[in-house]
Amino acid sequence: MSKTRLVEVRQKVLKENDVIARSLRQEFQAAGTFVVSLVSSPGTGKTAFLERLLGMLAARYRTAALVGDLATDNDAARLARSGVPVKQISTGTVCHLEAQMIRTALDGWTPANLELLFIENVGNLVCPSSYDLGEDMRLVLMSVTEGEDKPLKYPTIFNTADVAVITKMDLAAAAEFDAEAASRNIHSVRPGMEILKVSAKTGQGMGEFVQFLESRIGG
Amino acid sequence: MHELSIALSMLELVEAEAERRGGVRVTSIHLKLGALSGVVKEALVSAYELAREGTPLAECGLVIEDVPIRVYCPTCRAQRDVPSIYEIRCATCGTPTADIVSGREMEISAMEICE
Repeated sequence: MSKTRLVEVRQKVLKENDVIARSLRQEFQAAGTFVVSLVSSPGTGKTAFLERLLGMLAARYRTAALVGDLATDNDAARLARSGVPVKQISTGTVCHLEAQMIRTALDGWTPANLELLFIENVGNLVCPSSYDLGEDMRLVLMSVTEGEDKPLKYPTIFNTADVAVITKMDLAAAAEFDAEAASRNIHSVRPGMEILKVSAKTGQGMGEFVQFLESRIGG
Repeated sequence: MHELSIALSMLELVEAEAERRGGVRVTSIHLKLGALSGVVKEALVSAYELAREGTPLAECGLVIEDVPIRVYCPTCRAQRDVPSIYEIRCATCGTPTADIVSGREMEISAMEICE
């Protein structure tokens, strides 16, 4: 007669992703590459922010960017105007980047002596939160037009990110954006989180962001 | 919606585990799911039911154990619950803390096998 019994497994479901992410992190560290990933809703302005940022960093650091999108290479084409090497990752129907996609994109492409690598995730505030990409710092972006309660609607992504960036600050007055309420909500889901406010359009706060980034690279 | 790819990863992992144990039949999977795992439980259950069809695990059940968020409170010097996922602070004394002790789990803790 057959009988059932319970056996212990204790395996992380995303073990495979975690293993690849860990090896990527080790390789980046050995190569002296600081890796920053960006997550946000679609339309928050990740690409505009990154475009401005690459323009400011390109002359000082060997920089490159990976851009994830469901389809089209429009974002990569925009970023390439800054002169830094950019590679598109088309995820097809997948709503987030996984460590293996970073591994595949870097194969045979990694520019030599890279100091800074930016990874722009697919516009989505839910799915990317579960996947480690081997990054040193994860930025979560929200724009002033999205509402101050965004962190309360997507607590997990804010909790897994390291730094919050509030974009489109040039529209803050028009959108009647309440910066204090936004900060309060961010800190409610992620106590102590660093918050930086920028406008990629006017350049407001971009210098401070670069300074902040440099302090983290040094550390 | 990444629950389908999560469900597929689970099935893959369990099939490999069953194989490793000499091809035992798995009757249920026990999953620990943290409130901060980034996975919606209901969506995962539906995705799992869809994903298991036509596989050797078509009859295999899924038992989910919810793992609440726990933080280390520097004031109480102890592990504490939080009021909610929107309020990451000590439920006892109110100190905000980002020191998450548990709640991120997405782990197959055990499986029931038939032999």
